[in-house]
Parts: sequence; structure tokens; C-alpha cells
Amino acid sequence: MSANEFYSLQVNGKNMPVQDSWIGESLLYVLRERLGLPGTKGACEQGECGSCTVLMDGDAVCACLVMAATAVNSEITTVEGITSESALTDVQQSFVEEGAVQCGFCTPGLIVAVHHLLEKNPSPSELEVKEAISGNICRCTGYGRVFAAVEATIRSRNEVK
Amino acid sequence: MAKSSTVTKPRDILGNSALRPDGAHKVQGSFEFTSDMHAENMLWGATLRSPHPYANIISIDTSAALALSGVHCVITADDVPGKPTYGLISSDQPVFAKNVVRYMGEPVAAVAADHPETCRRALALIKVVYEVLTPLTNPEDAIAGSFDPIHPDGNIIRHQRILRGDQSISAEVVVEGEYIIGMQDQAFLGLEAALAIPDSDGQGLHLHVATQWLHEDLTQISACLNLPAEKIRLTLGGVGGAFGAREDISLQVHCCLLALKAGRPIKMQYSREESFFGHVHRHPATIFMRHHADTNGKIVKIDARFVFDGGAYTSTSPAVLINGITHTQGPYKCVNATVDGYAVRTNNPPCGAMRGFGVVQACFAHESQMDKIAAAVGKSPVDIRLINAMVTGDPLITGQIMESVAPVSRCITETNAIPLPAPLGETVNELSLPGGSGLTASRSNIVRGIGWGVSMKNLMYSEGFDDYATARCTLKDGIASLKFATSEVGQGFVTLAPQIARSVLGVDEVILEPIDTHIGSAGSTSASRQTWMSGGAVDGACRLVRERLFHHVGKQHSIDPLRLIIDGTDVVDQVGSFRISVAEASDGIEISETFEHHHRATEELDENGQGNCHTAFAFVAHRAVVDVDPELGLVKVVQIATAQDVGRVLNPLSAIGQLEGGIAQGLGLAVMEEIVMKDGKVRNPSFTDYLLPTALDAPDVVAVMIEEYEPQAPLGAKGIGEPPCISVTPAIVAAIRNAIGKDIERIPVRPQDICL
Amino acid sequence: MTVIVAKELATALAALREHEDARVIQGGTDLMVEINFNHVKPTTIISLRDIASLRTIRQEVRGLLSIGSGVPYSIIEGEPVLSAIPALAQAARTVGSPQIRAAGSLGGNLGTCSPAGDTLPVMFALDAMIHLSTVDSTRVVSIHDFMTGVKRSIRQHDEIITSVDFPIVKGWQGYSKVGVRNAMVISVASACLVADHEHADVRIALGSVGPTIIRCRESEAWLKANQDLSAGAFISPQLAEEFGKRAAAESSPIDDHRSTAQYRRHAISVLASRLLRKAYP
Repeated sequence: MSANEFYSLQVNGKNMPVQDSWIGESLLYVLRERLGLPGTKGACEQGECGSCTVLMDGDAVCACLVMAATAVNSEITTVEGITSESALTDVQQSFVEEGAVQCGFCTPGLIVAVHHLLEKNPSPSELEVKEAISGNICRCTGYGRVFAAVEATIRSRNEVK
Repeated sequence: MAKSSTVTKPRDILGNSALRPDGAHKVQGSFEFTSDMHAENMLWGATLRSPHPYANIISIDTSAALALSGVHCVITADDVPGKPTYGLISSDQPVFAKNVVRYMGEPVAAVAADHPETCRRALALIKVVYEVLTPLTNPEDAIAGSFDPIHPDGNIIRHQRILRGDQSISAEVVVEGEYIIGMQDQAFLGLEAALAIPDSDGQGLHLHVATQWLHEDLTQISACLNLPAEKIRLTLGGVGGAFGAREDISLQVHCCLLALKAGRPIKMQYSREESFFGHVHRHPATIFMRHHADTNGKIVKIDARFVFDGGAYTSTSPAVLINGITHTQGPYKCVNATVDGYAVRTNNPPCGAMRGFGVVQACFAHESQMDKIAAAVGKSPVDIRLINAMVTGDPLITGQIMESVAPVSRCITETNAIPLPAPLGETVNELSLPGGSGLTASRSNIVRGIGWGVSMKNLMYSEGFDDYATARCTLKDGIASLKFATSEVGQGFVTLAPQIARSVLGVDEVILEPIDTHIGSAGSTSASRQTWMSGGAVDGACRLVRERLFHHVGKQHSIDPLRLIIDGTDVVDQVGSFRISVAEASDGIEISETFEHHHRATEELDENGQGNCHTAFAFVAHRAVVDVDPELGLVKVVQIATAQDVGRVLNPLSAIGQLEGGIAQGLGLAVMEEIVMKDGKVRNPSFTDYLLPTALDAPDVVAVMIEEYEPQAPLGAKGIGEPPCISVTPAIVAAIRNAIGKDIERIPVRPQDICL
Repeated sequence: MTVIVAKELATALAALREHEDARVIQGGTDLMVEINFNHVKPTTIISLRDIASLRTIRQEVRGLLSIGSGVPYSIIEGEPVLSAIPALAQAARTVGSPQIRAAGSLGGNLGTCSPAGDTLPVMFALDAMIHLSTVDSTRVVSIHDFMTGVKRSIRQHDEIITSVDFPIVKGWQGYSKVGVRNAMVISVASACLVADHEHADVRIALGSVGPTIIRCRESEAWLKANQDLSAGAFISPQLAEEFGKRAAAESSPIDDHRSTAQYRRHAISVLASRLLRKAYP
């Protein structure tokens, strides 16, 4: 593990060198522990909770199931990359205002998943929303406020149009 | 003054949907959970656990692990300088197993190393020789005394009976059943984590930890470390949910021991698999109940026997047992009762606190029984519950008088008034049917059922425990700051506390100081108690500050302070025209007050289970509508209607979040969540096999908040955290029974229980 | 430990031949779990993620759809697979979560060869052909020969699964899976049924009820002998039920922490019966 392995990842539009890593490390571990991006959360290590959802070449995937060193040719976006410094995104704002945040541990993964959903499908049906976030486990909210936040975001985007 | 055309946002006072102060950080991923923390020069800690439910430890050889490059220290029971055990009620759980392991997953050793992978390799190099013993896994064997004690304290953790009224009375209608409740896991998402930083002199340390109760942790840690409490500071790290699983010690002592031994900061963080072994679960239970009722369905007597499997160590089993048996009657009048209850020790995983705390188990039994009475006397589930509904002033089977506001009938009738969901259409997306994405059913395969559950839940601690919470309020230049040790685990006390300060003091800006042990205890974030207890403490501290502010203003402006009130953000003379903003009034001064809120005293039960053991109660009704595929035994919960007795809504957005979240956990216990055991071994310690409800399993929730001000509560508000998850489970099971016309007495309901 | 991120199949094959201990990784949804849980400690990893040729769907031969082993399920869920091989699209849509489906692929299902692999019953029902390559050879193997047991296949260490050929069959086909949750769940029992109107027969394969996927050939033969299976035929409920029972009799499930053998067998009888009736509405 101290084999001085070296590679670079493209994360949130930046080239980020990864040094001294053990090569079996997941993208989740590397983001959190080596690249200073702790926004992506880990809660199951096997793709069954969605807390570590990131975008990889535009697809929402579980970072715990990506071997970091195999992602050298991919564009990775984390919740930090979705976040702007000036203001919350509309999805983030809706999550706060609609009460979709309690303990907040699943929240970054859900934020990424919902951004991804609305990019692919700007006006999803209720069932499409549920299916799209069925890989993101939330233990606190029972999802009711999460659905409300997604609806509020869609509503506000439609009003802007 | 010119009218402004801009809409002013309502102030974030009590009663309004103030938003979480940590919300923005949480949605951006910048909120720091304990697992996100780092320290300079930090090492990682990890725990070696027993693979056996019951075994003697013949030897432990740590030499190979110590020799591994990157490993800094390995510790075992021999390295615990203080008390070798800990525990919330009884100190019977070893920090590390010494001569014997009593459950699968019991800690045996811990390592500190430079990388989590080094830790994993080091753990694999620790050689433990076990002599495997036959585990005690059947609670009845513990009761019968047919198994040698697996612990010096014996195999029965607590036995308590309740005898009330006429022991020999019966009635025309007798219904009974034996109800089985499986082992549920709290399954918070933010795994156990802590960061221990030793002091430079090596004589103390600072522990950042995700916990429900900082001060109780401190007491137990300090005893095990043999360090005075003042040498240890605890600060709450960001907590990713709790639900009872963080009330007991898990990694706290291990992390501190490693830090002191290595002389370097130690971070420990469980994996999901380890988390299943590292914290207590909801007690599995077997409950026999026999109800005697008159031909009208009115309860005459209840006989019951409870057996809670406490697993290997005590944790909170004695209190869970008392909660269970004292809720035998549910929210119904009952004057005669014979109840026998056991909490026993086995080689199954230790069980302790989980949202609902013993009442979940009792409620499944008594609500199943209510439906049996209804069927026997030909009444509807609603009518049978209304006939028996408890009211304020009724005696409980413990002899305690129900003094809380008890709007049981209103909970039922208002739930009943909520419209049922539209019937399933002829064309329906198969994704929304039972079986969901598996596409197992067509519309014609599905039947719908409706079921009811109503519950009573005690709030706060019981049995004479001196329960209190502490808070300090400081007012300076129009800004209030609040200090308390109340664990914020996601429930929203950090939202509520500033609301209280704004309401009482007329300030807008409220600063929350770090949540740590630099102030008195707040008690645990459990038992639906923090709004009442810590809310009461914040309210009390703010009121004391307000009183002093009024004195200050009165003195400065020659007004009797008793005439002053807060109106909006001003101090106002209620009989004159004087008005000054709080900001101005507090300019240049600092007023600080600390307040301890105690709830009223309770007492222990006597040998016949009589006594005023509980503090207060809350009630809720749930009506479940489910779709069932009877042939495959699959279920989709369509709608949950609920009316909950909340006293007063302090934050509508937080309140609905608690209701919906609790309902989802109750749904989980009803149809999918169970730690599957075989011969003392956990078979499914992962999220692949321990299933939690997903967005596609979530029902529509239609909720009514019943606001009847609770005079005993400092803010008029009852705790609302636990009730949502209690009676929803029996309501769902009743709906399944209603759909398929078959009795089911076990939860979670498995497909085979429905269709085979 | 080294990671070789191959951009060409040839590179990956050469590396695989060279490193006897190497493991190949595609979406990572199986292997990474093993690594995260400390069950395996591979020293060489060959990533196929960036090999574009494994991510194509082609219809070069009429009546045959060839799907690259690295095409993620999220693509298989949609067109052209949805119209050509609807049962496969359905099976793909039941795999894990959307996040898993964006990463997982047929190559992964075949490489792992779990009896619970969602797309495997579809391959068995459709007699899919598996293409394997080494650095100096290729072969095409029937799925029936490919899977030999629980997580066992005839794939040799130096072979990479490159694609799977599915015949495009005229007639209804579907995949159903029983799990104890409405989404993101491992199958307790599953079945794929394909009605082939051209040959007037029905094929059915079962998942999670035996050490391999089970193709119910006896039930299929019984059905063909007792029922007209051409397009538009009428299937009576009684016959469908009997077919279900026969299919269940061909399964050999076990008790485990997810379910019981008895329930699994029962579930198969229900799934098979329902699928048959759906095939001939």
C-alpha cells in the first residue's frame, strides 16, 4: 500500500493528483480522505444506500463501487462541484425550504441524484421521481419532504420558463 | 409610516416553520459529520470482534499485528486501566472481552494504524484461540433456568409483574394471541464515528463523537479510563441519525484508549457491517395477550406475558421491559390486569433503545387484540377503539392516573375523517403495485385492505430517574446565544432552540454555541424528551434573562418591570406607551442565565407493578391502506392517515418530517426490516440483506396534528418523535389481514406469512 | 498492486495473459463490494471501463442483437433493446438502483455468475451466446454451457467476455422478479418467459432457485404437447396454473436468510403461471 502509487483524477473540473494511495481504494475513499472532498458520504460500502452518489461522465453512480484508479479518464462531479459559492442551487434551496433535510447524511447523495434526474428529465412524473431516487436511502424523512422538494424545484423551474 | 410593498417574512418564532440552521451546509455537503473530521498526525482505529456467539477465550496473541509496518498499538482487556465494564443501567458489558465472548461481534481487541487498510490487515493478524460453547439463544431457556448462567449476573435481566383489580374475573368474549416481533435495527445512515485527541501531557483528552448523550458517555468513559471527568471533554460531532442506537457506548472507550496509548489522535469509524454488531437493536419479543371483553366489546381484563430478548448485556433492557408491560392496555380503559414480563440474557446481540422503546412491541400485540375483539363482537375497528378509548383522569393498570391531555377519541375520529385514497384504477403502472420494480403483478392480482392502529406512548424517563436538562442563555447587544449539551441527531433541536429564544426574548439573531460537556447535562436525545426537557431548559434560561432585561429597562426608564412585555422585537410597557427595541435595550450589557429543567418526579413500580412510574403520555392513531398480492405475499403500503396528539405544533415543517419519518420506520418493521438470526449468528449484517424502505416503498402520508395544549409541558408541546413509528406497524399488519382474511401474528410480515 | 486501465481490448487481453493473478473490473458493482468488505485482495486489476468496443449494441446479423459486455444496464433498459428483447430490458431495469444500473453490465452478471443475476434467466430463456476472447483466440459458448454453478463458469482466467448475442424472437416475453421491497432488491425468485410464435413454443428460465439458472425444459415440452402456442392462442387459467406447478417442480431452491425453499418454489409457480397468461392474453 505504500507503493507510492500516483495517478490523477478529473474532479469538479480540476485535475487532482492522488498520491501514496493503496490502489484498491474506492473513489469514495479517495474523494473523502485524499482529495479533501468529504461532501460525498459513505454508509454501506456496497451500492445499497446512494449516500455516495457522484456523477461520472454524466451518469449518477455510487462512488463506493468505483475503483478510483480506474476513473482516470472520467469526469467526476461531486456535491461540491454542483454547489456554487454564491448561492444554493434551486434543488438545494428546495431541500432546505421543504424540510427534506434532517440528519443530512443522505442529503448530498440525494442532491446529486435529483440534479441528475432533472437534467435528464425536466418534468418527471411522481413515479419517475420515486424510481429515480429509489437508490438513495433516507432513514429520517420517510421521503415525503424529499418528494415535496423535487416538486418544488420542478414548479420553480416551470415558473422561470 | 409608508406602507411597504415588500412581503415581510414571518419571524422564526415558535409555531412557524423556521428552517434548519444547518440546512444549507447539509445540502452543500459542507456540514461536518464526525466521520468527516481529521486531526494532524491522526491514526485510524479498528476493532477485532468475536466471530462466535459464545466461546471461551483461550489466548490472544497480538505480536504479529504489532509487528506489521504502520501499526502503532494493539489493545485488549488487559489495557483497560479503569473499570473493565460499562453499561447504561448495569455496568455488565466488558470494554473488551477477557475470558469469554457472549455475542457474535463482541469486541476483543483494537488496533491503531496509519491507514484503514493497515488496520484491517492488523486485525487479521491477531490470533485469538477460542473454545466454542453452545450458545443460549432461546429466551425461554433463560427463564426456565435450564441453561447455566452465561454471565455472573445471571440469565434473567429483570422480571416484573403487574397485578391490578380482580385477578379472577373474565367476560363473555375472550380473545388471545401470541405475537412475535423481530429484531429491528435503527440503521441510521451516518455510521458510528469518533475522533479522540489526547492532551499534550497525555493526562486527558478531547473526544469528538456522534452520540445521543454526551454526559452519560463522559461518565462511563471516565470510569473505564480511570481518569477524572474533568480531564475528558466531549464535543458533539455531526450526527447522522440515531433512533436509539447511539445511547449506549460503542466505540467511545476504544477510541480514547487507543489515543492515550498511541499518544496521537485516533479516528474510528465503523463500516455498515460493523455497525450491525457495534450497537444495540430493538428487542425481539414474544407477547402473549388474552383480552376479556363484554359483548359490547368493552375491555374487562387483560392477561399478558412479555418476553424481551435482551441479548448478551443489559443495556436498557430493564427500562424497555417496564415500558412494554406498562403499555399492555394501550390507549384504552382497563381496570383488571395480570401481566408478567421478563427481559432475559441470551447469546444474541445486545438489545436496547430504539424509537418506541418497548411500546412498539406492546402496541403490535394490543392492537392485534383490539381487532380480534372487534371481530368477535361484530364491531368495526374504529368503533371498538372508540368504545374503549382512554380519557384524562383514567387510572392505568399501574394505578397511575392519566394526567396528560388524552385526546384518544379525537385521534381516531380525525384520522377516520381523512379521505381514503382513490381505488386502484383499471389501468395502473405496475411499478406502483406490490412487487414494484420486479413487475410481478397485474392489477387483477391485487386486493386492498384497510387497518387501524392506535397507541399510547410515555414521554421522557420513568421509574424515579431524576431527569433534567440544562441550558444557558446569554443576551448581549440584541443577540442571544444559547449553550446546551443537547445532542442534535437530525431531529431539529438546533432549529427549535433559537425559535424559543426569539419568542421569549424578542431577538432575531440567535447564536448556538458548541454542543459539548462545558455545561450541565441535557440528558439523552431519546424518549421523545428533548423538546420538553431541553426546550424547557432553553425556555427557562431565556425567561430568566428576560426578567433581568425587564429589570434593567425598568430601572433605566423608571417603569415597573412587571409592566414590561416582549412585543415582536421590542420591550413594551403594556399599560403605557413606552417601547424600546430589544437590541437597544440590551446594548452594551450582557445578561447570562443558566436553567435546569426537571420534569415531575416519578416512582418505581412495586412488586405488583403499581406506582406512578411515568411522566407523561402522547397518543396517535394510524389508518393504513395497503395493496396486497395475496398469491405472492407482496405488499405495497398505499396511504397512511394519521392524527397525532402533539400538544402544540412548534414548527410545522419539523413536525411533519418527524411524522413521515417515523411512519417509514414503522412500515419497515411491518413488512421488511429484520435482523435474521440463526444459532446466535447474524445472517444479514448489510444493506443488501437488511432492507430499509426506499422511495418506491413510501406511502402517501396524510397527517393531522391535534393541538390540545399540554399544561404540564413547558412549551405546551408534547414530544412527537416516537409515536409516529408505533401504531403504524400494527395498522399496516391489520390492513394486510383485512386484505387477505388471514391472521398474522408476526412482524415483520414475510411473503410466506401471507401466501403459504 | 497495479491497475491497468485499458483502452483497447487487446491491451486488456495481453495484460490478463501476463498477470495470472489479475482480476478484470467493468462497472465494479460486484468486485468493489468484495474489496470493500475485505473478501478479496487482488494485486492486479484490469479495468475494462474505457474500452469503447465493449460498449456497443449491434445488429449485424438479421434477427440477432449483439450487446457488448460493458453496455450498462441503464442503456439496456431503453431502445433498441426495449423493442427487440423486452424481457432483457425489463430485467435490466430491476437491477439494483439507478446508480447500479449506470455501472453494471451483462459482462458483470456473467463474470460473477450468481444465480440471482437478473439478466441471466433472460439469457437462458433466449439461448444467448456468449463471446469470449483471449489475446490469441475467440470462442462462442452457449449460456447453457457457460454457467456451471453458483458463481462458477467456464470462463478461463485469460478470457474476457466481450459480448452476448440474443436472438430477436417474435412473440411476447417478460421478466418478473420477487423481492421483499419494491425497488433495489436482490431477487428471491425470478423467471423469464419467452413465447416464440414462429416455432410455436414457450421457454422459461428461473433465477435464484438453484445453483445455476434453471431452464424448465420438461415444463416447456409438456406445454407444447398440450397447448397450441401460436400467436393468439388461448391459455386457460387451469393450464397456466398447471404450467406454474410444473415449472416450480423443476426448481431446486434452498432456505437462506433471504427466504425459504418452500416460498421460492411457490413464487416460481405463481410467476410462471402469470407470465404464461400475459404471453397469451
